[in-house]
Amino acid sequence: MAEEKKATRKKIQAADHMNKIMADYFYGLNEAATTGKRKVAWCTSVGPAELLQALGFAVHFPENHAAMLGATRMSTDLIPAANAIGYSPDICSYLTADIGAYLKGITPLAKAYPGIQSVPKPDVLVYNTNQCRDVQDWMAWYSRKLGVPSIGVTSPKNVNDVTDAHIDDVTRQIEALIPTLEGIAGVKLDMDRLRETVSLSRECTELWKQVLETAIASPAPITFFDGTIHMGPAVVLRGTREAIDYYKVLLAELEQRIRDGVGAVDGETSRIYWEGMPVWGRLRQHSELFANLKSTVLASTYCSSWIFPSFSGIDPIRSMAKAYLELFIVRSDRYKEKYIEEMIGKFRIDGIIYHDAKTCPYNSNSRYGLPGRVEAETGVPSLVISGDLNDLRCISDEQTKTNIEAFIEQIAEVR
Amino acid sequence: MSTPVFVGLDIGSSRTKVAVVDAAKRLLGHAVRKSGTDFSATAETCLDESLEMAGVRRDEIVNAISTGYGRTNVAFVTARSKTEIGCLSRWGRHHFSEAITIIDIGGQDNKVIKLDQDGRRASFKMNRKCAAGTGAFLEEMSLRLDIPLEAMDALARQSLEMVKLGSYCTVFSATEVLENIRHGKKVPDIVKGLFYSVVKRVLEMDSHAGRVVMTGGVVAHNPYIVEMAGEMAGRPVVLPEFPQLAGAIGAALYALDETDPIGIRNDIPAGETNG
Repeated sequence: MAEEKKATRKKIQAADHMNKIMADYFYGLNEAATTGKRKVAWCTSVGPAELLQALGFAVHFPENHAAMLGATRMSTDLIPAANAIGYSPDICSYLTADIGAYLKGITPLAKAYPGIQSVPKPDVLVYNTNQCRDVQDWMAWYSRKLGVPSIGVTSPKNVNDVTDAHIDDVTRQIEALIPTLEGIAGVKLDMDRLRETVSLSRECTELWKQVLETAIASPAPITFFDGTIHMGPAVVLRGTREAIDYYKVLLAELEQRIRDGVGAVDGETSRIYWEGMPVWGRLRQHSELFANLKSTVLASTYCSSWIFPSFSGIDPIRSMAKAYLELFIVRSDRYKEKYIEEMIGKFRIDGIIYHDAKTCPYNSNSRYGLPGRVEAETGVPSLVISGDLNDLRCISDEQTKTNIEAFIEQIAEVR
Repeated sequence: MSTPVFVGLDIGSSRTKVAVVDAAKRLLGHAVRKSGTDFSATAETCLDESLEMAGVRRDEIVNAISTGYGRTNVAFVTARSKTEIGCLSRWGRHHFSEAITIIDIGGQDNKVIKLDQDGRRASFKMNRKCAAGTGAFLEEMSLRLDIPLEAMDALARQSLEMVKLGSYCTVFSATEVLENIRHGKKVPDIVKGLFYSVVKRVLEMDSHAGRVVMTGGVVAHNPYIVEMAGEMAGRPVVLPEFPQLAGAIGAALYALDETDPIGIRNDIPAGETNG
């Protein structure tokens, strides 16, 4: 019978280490919120986390929580609760899943970490709209609901070249947050501590970059799907020693795989770039689909978005502003095209898959003709798949499978 | 005397199609049935019918390849399957020696596949998630209008004043159809409007290069759609022989490709050939 083969995913041994530091992080957050020993700040993923850490806040990242809701496939049942109070099914499904979870009193943290009952109650909500406008609306809902202040940075968007004017603007906005945050934290900002935190973030980001660049090797020792999990510390623990120590362990394991000629996918025959958000509720399914096709999805914009080469302890606030502005999602299509073309060359990519996420226009770069322009420039074929990051109602698994199989067939035929 | 044959099975969301070809790539037998709920049983029935038509026995099958949504549900095919996009491309490469664009309207999805002049697949696109412009759309509308699917082509040709439907969405289109019925529009004019909507959706999916060829069950039963597509695209559109079998024939050709000239599969042990 024509049953499909099942490829097994190769476990990365460092995952146990990661699980430990992530558990410590979540328990630490919970302790801060339940005992009041530390103030809790919620921060959007590329918000001014370094500033919050330097002020002693325990930092919760709602986008990380929303991704957990997606990965545990809880989100699709929770999104309707947010829809029912007026948040459209067409807007960010991170936002709707997270608010829906709050309305229903549900969190995946409770299942993963016994003893944790809920997300940590915030003392302040801090956003940076460099990701999208939705993060501001997201924090605004909690601000009204919980009666805590929501403050942040309103970022320039669609930037070609990041100029001094852009950096001046965001620097001033970050500086303007400090008095409010100091008032809530009950301490004055220690610039030396901020310098140290930013320096640690820089070190973390450099290691994360090295981890991702191990996939330049053929066969690649790590996939995009692994990366979406192992980027956890780079997202929530950047600015800490724990994240740095973890990435040293992970990097050593991947470098050993390269020396041993071990690929994340056995018999790698094609190398794919993933542009856009992961489909969190289908990570395993997609990982196995590609592995069965002997294709490695080995590089992505998404995982690379936590590389911040401009962080510097010398001028920490200005370097934070620059780093937050240089993010792919903040940039113009002209910049994005060049970036993707460089990634294609660096990782020797055979094909690009663009995930057009129904509820995430800011991370869906297939809507303004970009794939055609990149393909014309590089000759590397591309495929657009329709889906979503968290709302599984927007996904046709069968159509995704047929599209991906046909795309890999096409790449094989051209060779 | 034994006739080595090669079988392609296209298990579609709506219909199952089977094609049997010989080593000279001639179509000897074929069958089409509703896929139903037991894909494997339907495929077996179609296989029996097409083998009977070809005048060959089951043990004369050298190789078989499945395709379509149910491609992994066929008990008697080996682990090999191909996507319908791959099989349509293989079919196109066999029948045309020039650059072509294949527009396939299936039961559940539409595909636009471009082949270069050497028959290599240059690109493909499937419709987005919604069913507008697919066979499912026409099936839904035939139920709404209470007319048999097979009567639609003749009805559309009787239209004198086509009704234009504006919506992307099958559900909204159904509402528009009901509104037109309420306003006393004639059924042939509504049916032509439905055809127009299907053609518009598939033509706007992608640009077209080379000759345009339409395949799939929808155009097999409604050739007027191909004529309309030609008029709307401003270029001739080819309706090939056996448009509904294109995917199954492509699968059979792939099955043949996998064999050596004397008909023995060259990449798996001979004992598995009829597995």
